[in-house]
Amino acid sequence: MAGSNPNAKPMDLTLKVWRQKNRETAGQLVTYPMKGISPDMSFLEMLDVLNDDLSVRGEEPIAFDHDCREGICGMCSLFINGRAHGPERGTTTCQLHMRHFNDGDTITIEPWRAAAFPVHKDLVVDRSAFDRIQQAGGYISVNTGGVPDANEIPIPKIIADKAFDAATCIGCGACVAACKNASAILFVSAKVSQMSMLPQGKTERKTRVENMVAQMDIEGFGSCTNTGACAAECPVGISLENINMMRREFISAKATSENLA
Amino acid sequence: MILDSKIPEGPIAEKWDKHKFDVKLVNPANKRKYEIIVVGTGLAGASAAATLGELGYNVKAFCFQDSPRRAHSIAAQGGINAAKNYQNDGDSVFRLFYDTVKGGDYRSREANVYRLAQVSVNIIDQCVAQGVPFARDYGGLLANRSFGGAQVSRTFYARGQTGQQLLLGAYSALNRQIAYGKVKMFPRTEMLDLVVVDGKARGIVVRNLITGQIESHSAHAVVLATGGYGNVFFLSTNAMGSNVTAAWRAHKKGALFANPCFTQIHPTCIPVSGEYQSKLTLMSESLRNDGRVWVPKTVEIAQRLRKGEITVNDIAEEDRDYYLERKYPAFGNLVPRDVASRNAKLVCDEGRGVGSSGLAVYLDFADAIKREGQPAIAAKYGNLFEMYAKITDENPYARPMRIYPAVHYTMGGLWVDYNLMTTVPGLYAAGECNFSDHGANRLGASALMQGLADGYFVLPYTIGDYLAKMPSDKVPTNHPAFLEAEQAVAAKNNKLLSINGTRTVDEFHKELGLIMWDYCGMARNAEGLTHAKQEIRKLRDEFWRNVKVTGVGEELNQTLERANRVADFFELGELMVDDALNRNESCGGHFREESQTPENEALRDDENYAYVAAWEFTGVGNEAILHKEDLEFENVKLTQRSYK
Repeated sequence: MAGSNPNAKPMDLTLKVWRQKNRETAGQLVTYPMKGISPDMSFLEMLDVLNDDLSVRGEEPIAFDHDCREGICGMCSLFINGRAHGPERGTTTCQLHMRHFNDGDTITIEPWRAAAFPVHKDLVVDRSAFDRIQQAGGYISVNTGGVPDANEIPIPKIIADKAFDAATCIGCGACVAACKNASAILFVSAKVSQMSMLPQGKTERKTRVENMVAQMDIEGFGSCTNTGACAAECPVGISLENINMMRREFISAKATSENLA
Repeated sequence: MILDSKIPEGPIAEKWDKHKFDVKLVNPANKRKYEIIVVGTGLAGASAAATLGELGYNVKAFCFQDSPRRAHSIAAQGGINAAKNYQNDGDSVFRLFYDTVKGGDYRSREANVYRLAQVSVNIIDQCVAQGVPFARDYGGLLANRSFGGAQVSRTFYARGQTGQQLLLGAYSALNRQIAYGKVKMFPRTEMLDLVVVDGKARGIVVRNLITGQIESHSAHAVVLATGGYGNVFFLSTNAMGSNVTAAWRAHKKGALFANPCFTQIHPTCIPVSGEYQSKLTLMSESLRNDGRVWVPKTVEIAQRLRKGEITVNDIAEEDRDYYLERKYPAFGNLVPRDVASRNAKLVCDEGRGVGSSGLAVYLDFADAIKREGQPAIAAKYGNLFEMYAKITDENPYARPMRIYPAVHYTMGGLWVDYNLMTTVPGLYAAGECNFSDHGANRLGASALMQGLADGYFVLPYTIGDYLAKMPSDKVPTNHPAFLEAEQAVAAKNNKLLSINGTRTVDEFHKELGLIMWDYCGMARNAEGLTHAKQEIRKLRDEFWRNVKVTGVGEELNQTLERANRVADFFELGELMVDDALNRNESCGGHFREESQTPENEALRDDENYAYVAAWEFTGVGNEAILHKEDLEFENVKLTQRSYK
């Protein structure tokens, strides 16, 4: 009952999926033939179908992270045929549809690969390193209450818009997965630039960038070598400009360090 | 049991200020002796946890996602209301209050709604101070838009991603407290029971979703900010993980559940395309500002269309029925959500629906494009058109969109008093999880407002009042009440794992969802509801005999997680049906076919149903006991809504 494209024919596919029992056990690719996949399915719905089949057969379904299925929560991941979130640009895996594949295709599905993102199980990885980087300084230190009126400090529209662009990062980790060094610099720089641009964030701009970069290094992410793969694979289009801005912030902060810790 | 809403005395505009003065305070040096558990890290939970941490309490926060930033508040598109009156267009605290009570079809509590309107202005200040990049005008001041049919522009927004930006603001405040050690965060941890000691909420039992370990956490107060229960319908705009489990298990431990049948069904969603469909995607209702809703005039034309004999562009103008414009000339396509949704169902029930399933209506932009040009329409709705094209593979500039209503929000929830405390002392409910502010229908851009109002500005005061009156002694987690709860949770998990039946969790969930949608969805009647109750019971029995849950409990097991949630949806579903059956009137999102005007509009019955229906749990399969909180309207005059 495909709603949109009556000519779309069901497809037969071969999936090669990474199965791994837990963090301590080695994993491997397991092959699953799939028949009659509707091109109107989303990629995750295709995995739902496979999981339902596995359940009925008494085999354990494939664990994968997902939640909103609208492309905004950042919970879904998957390295599909060597691409973070699959072949479509500007798209999370949950918004990827099977019509972008062809009948007879073999599709390889792996978890994010990075030392800082250890595998919990199958396709589920531990991204808590991202939270710890945010905890190191990704905030403006204001308590609830006692803040000025929202219109007290005008912010030029162009600045507000640029800050918004940086703030749209969904924290999925595709940038790390796409980078040959597993660098988290695009993720970190998005938060740093959002807050450095806004007047409210300027008070702490030096300590913020120093602390966040330090935490990024502690977590074991790799170094940036300017390949730009992160931005190319980012599902929400976070720009490389943020990295430039963070570097300027970092150098300026180090030159006049206020971070006494 | 007598429900005491604890509404403070005095004129409505002074109640909250007076109450804030009357509440007891906890000495700053004593705050660190108290522990508070917050379950859920969406707008309500993250803001509450952060603020309580700032005040000096020790907070433990829990979420089932891998990070607190993923909570489903993040998906809210449209905006957040606040009575700032920055646009000088006549808004005020009283007007926002009035609009919210009226929009809720007079089934909410005046005092709570007034407080919500009052603190709405503080929310915007707080978010801007945190670095939330709201939309701004060229002068650098905040921009507003009119939303959901409001007569004033009071909605603040961050493009189509307001929920994301507000949640990331609350998440940043939460992160700051985590870094200070005032909040301890437990991601990938799901609450499976509430622990009550001497009649007071003293902790929770959780399952670590990675290791499968069942663990207890003790505290002096527990806050549930666990969202709504729209996923009882299986298909909804909620996230896949959104569930009722924490709230439901608290209900089973004594917290009354209020108005469970009040469900909001959003009119502009992308229709179902196949059996495999896992969720529905909402498109902002701003689309109805320019799109015209129609279906073919006759069943014959609709049939030929569905068979593919003709295409939409073959249908002549005179064969199209712009039914909202025809029936509601004053509001046209901009009628409120419940009216738009119900009318879409009516025309589809008549056999005039479109798309291969016949469960869709057209939303047509051809006239708008002719009038304003494609670039102007793209500038307004480009991202929505793109999303539609991505999902359906159709070009909405060239042919009309197909839309259909979908479950979006639940106004019902745990009953709370003015302090947001449930009927279990020390247990609080905030955000969509409680029933308090939206009556029978929520206005657009009010969900985000309520979540942050509860978390930033209400709970931090009212919890202090409760803690100030109790000793700081701790209940150890080896107390019999904790051990009993742990055992019950483990036994339930083991039971689910041992059934080893033939049908999957999702199959049961889908079937339950269909029952709910058919009989307790956009239109309800006594016969259908009575039938649904039997069907739910039958299916629930089969679930406990024949579900297949693979794997083991001692590791990451997503099937077991879903099975627990679906088990609770079965019990909730029956209560929703009971509530819908009891409320023999139509109000807001609840339309009883027996109670309508000669023109098929919703007919309220204020004489008999101006109350909150709060239900007491008496055991699975037993009839719940109804308690009533009468609603008194001293500041708003009850009127029949009309959009003709």
